[in-house]
Amino acid sequence: MSSMKDAREATMVGRRTDGTRVSRPLSPHLQVYDMTRITSAMSIMHRATGVAWSVGLLVLAWWLLAAAAGPKAFAAVQWFLSSFLGMLMLFGMTAVAWYHTLAGIRHLVWDAGHGFDLPTTYRTGRAVLIGTGVLTVLTWLIVIIAWG
Amino acid sequence: MATFTLPKNSTIGTGQTYKAEPGAKNVKSFKIYRFDPDTGENPRYDTYEIDLDKCGPMVLDALIKIKNEVDTTLTFRRSCREGICGSCAMNIDGMNTLACLKPIEDVQKKDVRITPLPHMPVVKDLVPDLSHIYAQLRSIEPWLKSDTPPPPDEERRQSKDERAKLDGLWECILCFCCSTSCPSYWWNGDRYLGPAVLLQAYRWIADSRDEYTGQRLDNLEDPFRLYRCHTIMNCAATCPKGLNPAQAIGKIKQMMVERQG
Repeated sequence: MSSMKDAREATMVGRRTDGTRVSRPLSPHLQVYDMTRITSAMSIMHRATGVAWSVGLLVLAWWLLAAAAGPKAFAAVQWFLSSFLGMLMLFGMTAVAWYHTLAGIRHLVWDAGHGFDLPTTYRTGRAVLIGTGVLTVLTWLIVIIAWG
Repeated sequence: MATFTLPKNSTIGTGQTYKAEPGAKNVKSFKIYRFDPDTGENPRYDTYEIDLDKCGPMVLDALIKIKNEVDTTLTFRRSCREGICGSCAMNIDGMNTLACLKPIEDVQKKDVRITPLPHMPVVKDLVPDLSHIYAQLRSIEPWLKSDTPPPPDEERRQSKDERAKLDGLWECILCFCCSTSCPSYWWNGDRYLGPAVLLQAYRWIADSRDEYTGQRLDNLEDPFRLYRCHTIMNCAATCPKGLNPAQAIGKIKQMMVERQG
């Protein structure tokens, strides 16, 4: 892969008025583009939450491994997860999981050929954001009531 | 590959400021990207203060005023000044659009920042090199392909329903605002065709008179050419003609699935 050159590199060389070669600049992209728009912002977040969720699964694997290893190891994991930092992380993972799930459903709807027009795109985007907030809080309420 | 920062020769410095004439009351600053291949120096932002009381309403009016009255070296493409030629596509205030269709008063910020279409090689100032994207357009063969000869002395007929399928596609003026707004095209534009070219591809796939639909789909069946579209939707958000390339791409993807039976 790395041996294959980007075909666009050929267009990065220009000529001066006197015919000598000059290396052309690349026009600014992330530096100037409005990435706060719901379109690209939600796409970046979908990818970021996907990565975060993969990392979060390592915690789940750690928890299960510790449970299999014995009471001492399990107690250590439980101690970390019930600390403030651990709880904060679990809360974050809940939000990440809901966002990635809801945004994933939005992608499935697109792939089925629906909801491409801009007003619908913005509406479903807002719905995903609101849904993430509501479902995250709801999840924790249920957990606190069930275990509290 | 995705490189989020600009190469060393592309970082943008600060250039000159051209003050408005004294007594001007309604002044707006235009912060414009400049690159001069003859000096070969890094690009810079020059700032031009313009009296809006003596300027037309659109960003293109301001650019023409600057070129006519302030700085004749400012270089940009323009032709029709009414949104049909696609020449004056550029990034204005963070979004790609046509300078001739963008009212100056739409920009709330103090400076109207104008840069060339994003992630493109710059020929000079606001003029990007489009040869790669034109080659990509050529690759999808954007013309009617048919083995059946047309009826003698008559055009190839379409029903009203068949013709209606081309609405939202034929209006594209190939300004490439969409392709250059697409992060996926920024990172993979060497092989990903981008929204503008894929909308054109679908325009011919959807045409009832074209007999090469299968071959056209074959040509797009590729992890990069078509499937680098991740439905980011920047293309539809930025299109100055209000078209929806993402939807056209979605329809191509659907046809790919459907033909597998």
